[in-house]
Amino acid sequence: METEYLIAVDQFCAYHDIDVSFIRSLQQNGLIEITTVENTGFIDAEQLQQLEKYIRFYYELDINLEGIDVIMHLLNRVNDMHQEITTLRNRLRLYE
Amino acid sequence: MDFIDYYKILGIDKSATTKDIKNAYRKLARKHHPDLNPNDKDAKKNFQLINEANEVLSDPEKRKKYDQYGSDWQHAEEFEKQKQYQQQTTGSHGARNQGAQYGGDFSDFFESMFGGGGGGGRSRQMKYRGEDYTSELHLELVDAYTTHQQTISVNGKKIRITVPAGIENGQTIKISGHGSPGVNGGPNGDLYISFSIANHSVFKRSGDNLYANIDLDLYTAVLGGEMIIDTLSGKVKLKIKPETQNGSKVKLKGKGFPVYKKEGQFGDLFITFSIKIPTNLTDEQKELFTQLAKS
Repeated sequence: METEYLIAVDQFCAYHDIDVSFIRSLQQNGLIEITTVENTGFIDAEQLQQLEKYIRFYYELDINLEGIDVIMHLLNRVNDMHQEITTLRNRLRLYE
Repeated sequence: MDFIDYYKILGIDKSATTKDIKNAYRKLARKHHPDLNPNDKDAKKNFQLINEANEVLSDPEKRKKYDQYGSDWQHAEEFEKQKQYQQQTTGSHGARNQGAQYGGDFSDFFESMFGGGGGGGRSRQMKYRGEDYTSELHLELVDAYTTHQQTISVNGKKIRITVPAGIENGQTIKISGHGSPGVNGGPNGDLYISFSIANHSVFKRSGDNLYANIDLDLYTAVLGGEMIIDTLSGKVKLKIKPETQNGSKVKLKGKGFPVYKKEGQFGDLFITFSIKIPTNLTDEQKELFTQLAKS
């Protein structure tokens, strides 16, 4: 059985001094998943880095949720393209 | 240590209002924020400078001090008095500490004028995750063939890491918690190590497969036989079929590179034969080839 590391939404919000409604909005927009255990919302620790990125986008750069969604899609595409470039570069080394 | 023109950095003039500063900062931060420019060191540097400019100009006390002494900042005595006053008044504005994760490093100019740390207001109480570090590790192809341990030095600290067999050139692995320490008891950042694997003189790698060119003498190519070849896992006896053509290939199953994080799984080794024509033939040998040509 795999161990899951969960962080209570309330605790996370208090730690980052943000409103719980922001986390709920992210969930409604499909940007994060919240696990509910006995009426308490939890965030999987795996999502932490992503979530902190959303907070920076929203609070520091004043980007709304729709903007964050678009940015994340584009960043994922950039990341995929970087990986593809690395793979192609490695293949090119065969001919060096 | 040079004077830094924070107004110029934000592209505003001295009469800019708080709203102008905020707008200019947001516009530039969106362009240079490290989250939007992953692995771009220039963007990170620019963002730190933009953040520093915002830190000073968006705080009325700091802006006043900067405007008053900015280009004459080396007058330490006056600044010291101001610094004491500054320390008593920090916490007066309630704005979120912009760019806390990435903007934490301030210039020497900033430190000398406003003291270390920057980030007034809530930053003193808030916990922030430390900055992520990136590092590059150079390996030989044979090193990447086996799982092994390496000690690397990051920011003066020695870290022992396990390099899994089959790691690819350009691949990045994350070492959790080995980045910059968190701020105010926040968690540490992570360390990202990118691997640069040098080309091998004999073996070329593509994914999990290896490729090598092997010289084969004409007689063995024509008549067939056996030869011992070197692979990364040791010597292998290879059967050569009679009438092997120049450029023909054989596949040695499982003699390629280990599959990353899949113990016991290996790619294949592809051997391409390069047939060598004998040189310095004697008259007798030439005669024999002539006979062969006529037959």
